[in-house]
Amino acid sequence: MLDNLSQNQRAAILSVVLLLVGLLIWEASIPAQKAVGELTEYERLTGGGVPKAGVPPPSQVLVKAWEQLSNPFYDAGPNDKGIGIQIGYSIYRVLTGYILAALVAVPLGFLIGMSPVAHKALNPFIQVLRPISPLAWMPLALFIIQDSEASAIFVIFICSIWPMLINTAFGVSGVRQDWVNVARTHELSPLKTAITVILPAAAPTIVTGMRISIGIAWLVIVAAEMLVGGTGIGYYVWNEWNNLDLTSVIFSILMIGIVGMLLDAAFGALQRAVAFAE
Amino acid sequence: MPKPFLSIEQLTQQFPDGNGGTMTVFENATFGIEKGEFVCILGHSGCGKSTIMNILAGLAEPTSGVVKMDGFEVSGPSLDRGVVFQNYSLLPWLSALKNVTFGIKARYPLNSKQEITDQALEYLAMVGLEGDVVHRKPSQLSGGMRQRVSIARAFANHPKLLLLDEPFGALDALTRGTIQDELLKIWGQTEQTVFMITHDIDEAILLADRILLMTNGPLARVAESVEITIPRPRNRTEIVDHPNYYPIRNHLVQFLGHRSKELAGQPSNGEMQHPETVRIDKIKTDEAGGETPPLRSVGG
Repeated sequence: MLDNLSQNQRAAILSVVLLLVGLLIWEASIPAQKAVGELTEYERLTGGGVPKAGVPPPSQVLVKAWEQLSNPFYDAGPNDKGIGIQIGYSIYRVLTGYILAALVAVPLGFLIGMSPVAHKALNPFIQVLRPISPLAWMPLALFIIQDSEASAIFVIFICSIWPMLINTAFGVSGVRQDWVNVARTHELSPLKTAITVILPAAAPTIVTGMRISIGIAWLVIVAAEMLVGGTGIGYYVWNEWNNLDLTSVIFSILMIGIVGMLLDAAFGALQRAVAFAE
Repeated sequence: MPKPFLSIEQLTQQFPDGNGGTMTVFENATFGIEKGEFVCILGHSGCGKSTIMNILAGLAEPTSGVVKMDGFEVSGPSLDRGVVFQNYSLLPWLSALKNVTFGIKARYPLNSKQEITDQALEYLAMVGLEGDVVHRKPSQLSGGMRQRVSIARAFANHPKLLLLDEPFGALDALTRGTIQDELLKIWGQTEQTVFMITHDIDEAILLADRILLMTNGPLARVAESVEITIPRPRNRTEIVDHPNYYPIRNHLVQFLGHRSKELAGQPSNGEMQHPETVRIDKIKTDEAGGETPPLRSVGG
């Protein structure tokens, strides 16, 4: 029967089966809490009747997800906002830091890619700054900027700049000399050459760098928001952990994954749009 | 003697040889090309043909010497000198049509979009590319089609001088033949001055008014300028029957086989090195009063 299905259909069936099996194992492996009446006297004396915090079963998470997603934008005070609002804050911070990083990284990458002198001069700085964990900047940023919101954006900026910078420089320096010669024999100005020849030629590499950067930025925002607090999906996770609401923690972990996947898919589409075959 | 349209004067190119010395590719090379002429240059690999081409295109600087076109010294690349590269050098992210309009836009920036597109389509049609094919990306075209696009891009720009760097080197023999015919056709319609590098003797005889022969490098020189005394329009199947065909061909084969080696490596001692003009004509010209057949006949 399966022979008649396409590869994609078979893969989809397998995915659903794996999901269901995983959820079943998860559901089954959570010990049920005994009702108070079934407890022994000893268990009652040692506090066994108090509901224990445990990992919730997937059914509870699903109920939570339904509840949250059916009203994602409610705002009931600083510690109780809908998941949509929290994700919105996170995306806003990521995009602000990320766009600022792109505005710096792409032109600077062009410069480094086109000028061997600039490359040699700037490379030591890049090599030292790049491996620094973005959160290590946080104390310095908080002290200098004196604003937790802007500090979080700065951390996103600093973590997403490197892949874009390095990939832009690599892409620009790797543009085939033939194509540059085409621009030269057509007397294009340096600016026109950069826009009509070098940019499209390097675009696949540049967008790959942008895709890596957005992935890193989304990883880092969660940690950054746990530190700076107030709003955002990272803060939400930490807040629910403090509330010992593990259902919400698991639900928000899932949401982080889904938003990350969507961001990556958007850049994947952009990558396909600028790709070319030689 | 009046200066030719394109005049290459005492061109010398040296490269560092890797041991602290210099290696002279060619020295004091001096030759000219007339307007509307189709000149091929033949020589073994490493004799500096491509270097001469790059200097003419303005993509490389000679160690010494000058190139003058229309009386003005050439420096840097220019739209007046169009280039067709061996590897086509099409921009792979643009369709065939856009590759041609890319060139025309650079040449005629003030023309309207419609004019530019029409001109591009006209020249693509001249090399046999019509219909949906023009909207394909280079990667979706065969090698022959890509080189046609490249030729269309170069001709559409009406350069004063067209440089072809082994344009058919990467093509199979059959495709090569078809595109040679198309090149002859488009050249006949546009009266371009063409300078072409080739390795193929038969191709050179079919296409050229004159063939420049280079000796082997280092210290190569343009030793001979062989006039192709076969009237146009030429046809690949008919020119082999022309009485001048095999004498010319044998001369070229002999040169490339023996004399390119014998003549190699002679320093110029600072003198200009003009090629020696060779004219092989087996046709008795008595009845025509010594008049030679016209080298170029346009149309047909």
